[in-house]
Amino acid sequence: MTSSTETIIIGGGLVGVWAAYFLARRGRKVLLLEKGFIGAQSSGVNFGNLRLQGRHPDQYPLSLRSQGIWEQLPELIGDSCEYDRTGHLYCAFNSDEAEKLTAYAAVSRSHDLQIENLDRVSIKQRFPYIGKKVIAATFSARDAVANPRLATPATARAAQAYGAVMIENCEATQIEASDKGFEVHTQHGETWSCLYVINSAGAWAANIAKQFGEDVPAFAAGPPQFVTEPVPYRIVPSIQTIDGSVIARQIPRGNVILAGYPRTASDLAANRAPVPPRKTVAGMAALSEVIPSLRSCHVIRVWSGIEAYLPDMIPIIGPSETTPGLFHAFGFCGHGYQIGPGVGLCLSEWICDGQTPTPLEAFGIGRYRTTIAVSEKFKSEFDAGGANA
Amino acid sequence: MDKQALLHRVVSRQGSIVPFTFDGETLEGYSGETILTAILCERAVLRQLEFSTEMRAGFCLMAACQDCWVWTRDGLRLRACSTPLSHGLDLLSTPPIMSEA
Amino acid sequence: MPTIVIIGAGPAGMRAAETISRAGLVPILIDEAPRAGGQGYRTPASGISIDTHKLMGSQSKKYQQLHHDFLSIVSSIDYRPETLVWAIENNTLFTLSHNTIATIQFDCLIVASGATDRVYPMPGWTLPGVFTLGGMQLSLKDQGCAIGKKVVLFGSSPLLPLVALQYKNLGVEIAAICDTTGFAGKISALPSMVFSPGTFLRGLSYLASLTLSRTPLFFGVKPLSIEGDHRVRGIRFLTGSGQEKWIECDGVGLGYGLKPETQIADLAGAVFEPDEDLGLWLPRMDQDGRAGKNLYLAGDGAAIGGADAAEASGKLAALAALSSLGVYCDAKQQTRLQNTVRRLRAFQRGLARAFAPPQQFAETLADETVICRCEAIHAGTIRKALALSHTPPEMNRVKAITRCGMGRCQGRMCAPALQAMIIHHANQSLAQTGRLRGQAPIKPIPLSAAGETAP
Repeated sequence: MTSSTETIIIGGGLVGVWAAYFLARRGRKVLLLEKGFIGAQSSGVNFGNLRLQGRHPDQYPLSLRSQGIWEQLPELIGDSCEYDRTGHLYCAFNSDEAEKLTAYAAVSRSHDLQIENLDRVSIKQRFPYIGKKVIAATFSARDAVANPRLATPATARAAQAYGAVMIENCEATQIEASDKGFEVHTQHGETWSCLYVINSAGAWAANIAKQFGEDVPAFAAGPPQFVTEPVPYRIVPSIQTIDGSVIARQIPRGNVILAGYPRTASDLAANRAPVPPRKTVAGMAALSEVIPSLRSCHVIRVWSGIEAYLPDMIPIIGPSETTPGLFHAFGFCGHGYQIGPGVGLCLSEWICDGQTPTPLEAFGIGRYRTTIAVSEKFKSEFDAGGANA
Repeated sequence: MDKQALLHRVVSRQGSIVPFTFDGETLEGYSGETILTAILCERAVLRQLEFSTEMRAGFCLMAACQDCWVWTRDGLRLRACSTPLSHGLDLLSTPPIMSEA
Repeated sequence: MPTIVIIGAGPAGMRAAETISRAGLVPILIDEAPRAGGQGYRTPASGISIDTHKLMGSQSKKYQQLHHDFLSIVSSIDYRPETLVWAIENNTLFTLSHNTIATIQFDCLIVASGATDRVYPMPGWTLPGVFTLGGMQLSLKDQGCAIGKKVVLFGSSPLLPLVALQYKNLGVEIAAICDTTGFAGKISALPSMVFSPGTFLRGLSYLASLTLSRTPLFFGVKPLSIEGDHRVRGIRFLTGSGQEKWIECDGVGLGYGLKPETQIADLAGAVFEPDEDLGLWLPRMDQDGRAGKNLYLAGDGAAIGGADAAEASGKLAALAALSSLGVYCDAKQQTRLQNTVRRLRAFQRGLARAFAPPQQFAETLADETVICRCEAIHAGTIRKALALSHTPPEMNRVKAITRCGMGRCQGRMCAPALQAMIIHHANQSLAQTGRLRGQAPIKPIPLSAAGETAP
């Protein structure tokens, strides 16, 4: 027997649950299918950064819209998910990097973000724990953090309260376009018909796009991350070095979390995201250079998560170019957490209104019909040999 | 702070007496003892829990539960049950106030 | 020459090292502790005069033999005490020793990582003066210290009377021994006891000598609370007949049997299977302890079997490793050892059944009881999270949402309780409940070990 709904979302990560939330809130019928558990992949294990400075220039309208959602979490979903407007300190080790910071700051300011330029003296004054190796920094006060382990399940519960239906441990094994929309078959032998499909299956999404003739060179990888034991809370903003060796934050409970490059290829089939111990050691050394007082602090756990990356290091967001009613949102290249709610909102607008006011042309899947230039970021953020390493 | 010992030495010691300080007070232990033994033979706590004023005094004594980490005044972290006592250690049950270099 | 690395210098690791050394190879034996012997056969710290014979009774002969044999080979092996293996990647071990990180390549790995106490929380179990039963014993054996002047031993373990007797012999008052299991449970486990009647009789004799000297013994008790303002003042429980009982004491030893330390085996790639009977996830291995290509597990870290089984399984793993490397083979001895290990582990399995943890534990535990000592997570927090949708009743998901098991000990202390709560909540099997995976670093490592850098 075939049941029907209006929209089926494949993948219960942050993007999927926010799309479900906004659709359900507008009274639309929506079903979300998650092959595992809601928020258990990179949506749940990422660093938790809601960073605004240093984003891709084309992403600011989306990014700022998304930040507006994060800033209203208690009103929208009844849970703050430990959202904390900590600010973000972007650090440079040398004059070349300082120049990059200046350029990023100019882009941020053109979107009305308040960015402060800090020299060595003012860094020492304002953030005395930052080591001497950092010679310049920019500070963005609107940047924030939120607990990734909580955000996706909490949003899922709010979406369900509006009537969204979510099924966990249920893989969509086959998605067929028909003249009336789509038929989606699940691993449990059920068939659902619907008018719209949102492909937000994270690292597994490229396989779905491929079935609809849209082949993109996405690959799975994850950043090495670790967390320290709790130490007295002093480091309020997120600290990021522009070379990517340190992306760190301290939570008020005292633990310091570190993520850093280079990222490591993940085993998609085995659902494994290994953390090479050498990268942990490199991260430990890098963190103790940037925040020397953490030297005697202990690392207590490492982890990573499986994310989809694309060679131009920006995601695919928007309608399919082969199949009407199909929308893609994947390949967030390690920066999907901040924009996730905004992407969910735009997807709901496409379905309900036929368009979104947020400019997203740069993120269309059509760009992969021609050869894509490999991003500088891509070269610097992965092991030598890139995706195939 | 509870100054009554938690542990009691029930066999004799041949080792030398080793002075150290804990939370600013000078105490004595014996060579061969762990930091945990030396402190708890004089006091009833090792450390303050990070999330409240609750005091802890170790639990498994075999380096598994990680509930006996104490501080040195220099900001080092030592697991009391697996670190031998040494002369002049300056130990704290709470983190030292750190000044930035 | 192939490199065989043994992790853990308890009876299993020591015997493995000896076996390999006698076959003409030079094994690397890595141990966290400064002195060999593991937890059970640890030698006392220097300067502390402990009469091990008086303390260990009939076990002391085996203890002395083990150390004697080890002493005869220690100079011809590469023995590295005070060294932690904190991560494994392919055939490389990452170690931490004296604040320095190093790597060791191996051709074959024998993991003899030992066990810790399995503990279940009760209100007040984080108070100063409460220790694990094993910790209570180590305090005496290693440091010559008692955990109190008037002590209660609480839980379900064959070690309860043994440790009580050791304390009593050194003049410590045993205020009570409280066993959460009843006599009935012990009798039903008897059939498998016949595998090793000597051990069982030894256990009974401990019980007898305690009873004779009027130590209060309670069977079938239910825990209520350990109480005191800043340290233990006493313990409250229900007796087997349901009467509330308060016993004053200044020390409590808590233990519900043993639990293998499986984190290293996990990092080395062992496959884990749920043992619904014992309530433990155990590494899959063959009768020699082979758990993967070039990976062998021995001793209580592989399956609880006690010290004798540890010695035998250490030899066995070493022989299997040697024969897989084409170095040495003694099929007869292997068969003999396989039988010994099988018999002793079956006996321990019987004991574990006789001293099964209380079934009602998860439902009766008060909301304000600390479950996770590291992160101070309470039973009520876990129950609240389990009641929410999108908290799947699975160990790692509940950990992610509540932080239970996220602290320094990586769930070593709280996992049995968390597991019991999830199983009770969802009325499901251990297999469905999952397990907390071992994650590097398996014990905390300081940032400074990554290399000193100028501030």
